[in-house]
Amino acid sequence: MEPLIAIVVGALFAISVFLLLSGSLIRLVMGLFVLSNATHLLIFVAGRLTRENPPLIAEGMKVAEAGIANPLPQALILTAIVISFSLFAFVLVLTYRAHRSLHTVDTEAMRVAEPAPRAARLRGRDV
Amino acid sequence: MLAAVLTPFVLALAAPAVRRWAGPAAGWLLAAGPAALTLYFATLLGPVAAGEALSFSTPWVPGSGVMLSFYIDGLSLLFALLICGIGSFIVAYAAAYLHGHADLGRFLLFILLFMGSMLGLVLADNVITLFVFWELTSITSFLLIGFNHREARSRRAAVQALVVTGGGGLALLAGLLLMAQVGGSLELSVLLTQGELLRAHPAYAAMLTLVLLGAFTKSAQLPFHFWLPNAMEAPTPVSAYLHSATMVKAGVYLLARMNPGLGGTEAWQTTLVIFGGLTFLVGAVLALRNTDLKLMLAQTTVASLGLLVLLIGVGTELALQGAMAYLLAHALFKGALFMVAGSIDHGSGTRELTALGGLRRAMPLTFAAGALAAVSMAGLPPLFGFIAKEFVYKGTLDGPAALAVTACAVIGNALMFAVACLVGFKPFLGARTATPHAPHEGGPGLWLGPLVLATLGLLTGLLFNATERLLIAPAVAAVAGAPVPVDLYLWGGFKAPLWLSLATVALGALLLWRARPLQAALARRLGRLWGPDQGYDQFLDGLMGFARAVSARVQTGSLRRYLLLGFAVLALALVSPLLRHGLGAASFAMPMGDLYVWGVALLTVAGGLAIAFTQSRLVAILAMGVLGLAVAFVFLMFGAPDLVFTQLMVETLSVVILALIIARVPVSENDTRGWGRAVGDATLAIVIGASITLILLAVTGVPLDMSLSEYFAAKSYTEAYGRNIVNVILVDFRALDTFGEIAVVLIAAVAVLGLLGPRAEDKAAPESSS
Repeated sequence: MEPLIAIVVGALFAISVFLLLSGSLIRLVMGLFVLSNATHLLIFVAGRLTRENPPLIAEGMKVAEAGIANPLPQALILTAIVISFSLFAFVLVLTYRAHRSLHTVDTEAMRVAEPAPRAARLRGRDV
Repeated sequence: MLAAVLTPFVLALAAPAVRRWAGPAAGWLLAAGPAALTLYFATLLGPVAAGEALSFSTPWVPGSGVMLSFYIDGLSLLFALLICGIGSFIVAYAAAYLHGHADLGRFLLFILLFMGSMLGLVLADNVITLFVFWELTSITSFLLIGFNHREARSRRAAVQALVVTGGGGLALLAGLLLMAQVGGSLELSVLLTQGELLRAHPAYAAMLTLVLLGAFTKSAQLPFHFWLPNAMEAPTPVSAYLHSATMVKAGVYLLARMNPGLGGTEAWQTTLVIFGGLTFLVGAVLALRNTDLKLMLAQTTVASLGLLVLLIGVGTELALQGAMAYLLAHALFKGALFMVAGSIDHGSGTRELTALGGLRRAMPLTFAAGALAAVSMAGLPPLFGFIAKEFVYKGTLDGPAALAVTACAVIGNALMFAVACLVGFKPFLGARTATPHAPHEGGPGLWLGPLVLATLGLLTGLLFNATERLLIAPAVAAVAGAPVPVDLYLWGGFKAPLWLSLATVALGALLLWRARPLQAALARRLGRLWGPDQGYDQFLDGLMGFARAVSARVQTGSLRRYLLLGFAVLALALVSPLLRHGLGAASFAMPMGDLYVWGVALLTVAGGLAIAFTQSRLVAILAMGVLGLAVAFVFLMFGAPDLVFTQLMVETLSVVILALIIARVPVSENDTRGWGRAVGDATLAIVIGASITLILLAVTGVPLDMSLSEYFAAKSYTEAYGRNIVNVILVDFRALDTFGEIAVVLIAAVAVLGLLGPRAEDKAAPESSS
């Protein structure tokens, strides 16, 4: 089933890129959410898919039997899920804070650190 | 020998303390160091003249084969003597000249640092050692030119000198490394015996260009001559020392040093003769145009350096004799004349030639020094300058294009004659003029140096046999790469050089007679001409403008643009391997039978599309929940129960937090993009998505290396006593990763708390958002 899930991964990546480019912080955060899910699935598919056979060692056995799902990508994804959740929460609160301080979520309107190009050029000449 | 090189550095560090402790005597105390060094090097004169070469070597960066190695032959000894000998007088002179200056200690520190660097440069054997000391002289020169750092002109001149000489230094480094690569050694003493190999190598042109760039920038050859007159912003002792007698000669030293290795080819000869000759003439003409004593001397220094480069370029035995003789003569008379100009400035308050006259009574000793040095510069017997000039002519007559080169030398020397008389005699003779200060003779520090140097110019001339044997012949042997018979003389009979000397004097006298109108005419004609000095400013302005334009274009401050650029590069990076390597063994088999899987896949994509295209905030939040759940189902179907638990918890939390926060941000999360932008973004997004799918398929088409997974499956129970392999990996095999993960969560939580806390600006906000 790898090809089907691979198409899902591609679609999710396309959706997240589309959201990230939108210029609104709220949509950017949503894009980040989709991006992390797409990435987790990407790692999952790259480690090959195995139906309904979790990487567990059965009672009484010392080593896992053949045909279990690949445990390594699962371990990596588990870490990734938790970290992307932290990032998601942080960015979300950052957006909230930016809105309270700057009263906008439009990234083009946030010009505190980097003023618009024209103003920057004029300022550079004075120095 | 290492001790000799280190002495000035040690003295330099002690200089500020000595100045505080010893007060007015500091200059004399510190001058004793270089004086002792002079004596040390003088004791080496005999052995080196007898053909001995002394060397010293200690590992520096042994891993790269870099040695801290020094080597003394006739050439380096001549330079070392000039550096230490003139240096000791300069230190004493500087202490008197800047008497009472608040920063005198710092000045002495810099000048002694320079002395050590210059000494290291001329004694260096290893090319890396050479380069390091070369750059040190550039840096100390920068510090000394910018000594009056409150003046904008000083700062500009200092930066300019550093840019020009530092840039040349980089070229030199490349050239030296190239030579070392081809010659197979980092030691000059070895490298220079490989001349044949170096000259025949295809990279010879590159080596030559790079080394010449270094030498020409340092020695102020056309078209880099402009920094040297500007460097006259430095206090006069600096001009006398660095910018006439020593540092600017580093380029000449380099050329002389490289002569056995790189010299003798047609390219070498042509380049050096043309650039040297042009520099000689331009410098001499510009010297006559100026009326500021220091600027006149600076321009004649440019001219003299040009003459030296020309002679090294001609490269015959006689020309090299002329070069070494002129080098010695020039260091003595120019150092003296600069100090005289400084003393005149110090005593009378002006350096303007037109405002000076009749100082002979008030400053008799300075006059004596100035007159003696000027006679040597003018090239009159019995001073050493005369002998040097005779050999210059012998050299130019001996070389290629003898007529043109000799004519160039005669014209240039005639101009120098005129300038010498103007600088050395004009301020002292004639009627007394009104000057800003009542002119007076300074302390012994101010007149001793110039007087001794000028007298040495006389003694080396009178005792030409000793000069020849101890100084000139060993130096010429080092430059030529083999011993050369040298026969200096004061009286050589009525031969070509003498006639040329007479012609020079006659032409010079004519120029001197018409000096006033000539200077005025030159100043008028050349006043508004574009020169490389303006070119330097234009270049820097252009560079700044270019940098501004580039950063205004690249760093627009627009997040959308940065993202667009980033994603465009990503798309390129994804598409190009696909185009180059194709899909490989990718399989597109999608069995229809598994309806669950199809359903979940459709649910996932539908959730994603709903997030992207819904107009309702509530629908968007719900769609994110759907997407998260659908992904959890994928994990469930393909045997990853641990992922399912985590995913379910995390997605639930995410949706809850999102709902809480979004409710507090009362703006539309609708897409504000126009149709055109949205279509463009969508195209980019689809390209990226499609290539990721294709690459993923290509990846799944090749066999997977399972060794790590098999290792975990085999060891999970036997070594870590856990039956859940994923959990064992997380908490045992890769426990540190998990620890880092927990730290990330903790940091994010702390940051969230901090961001949610009350802020000062919230009170000033015009609208309350909650």
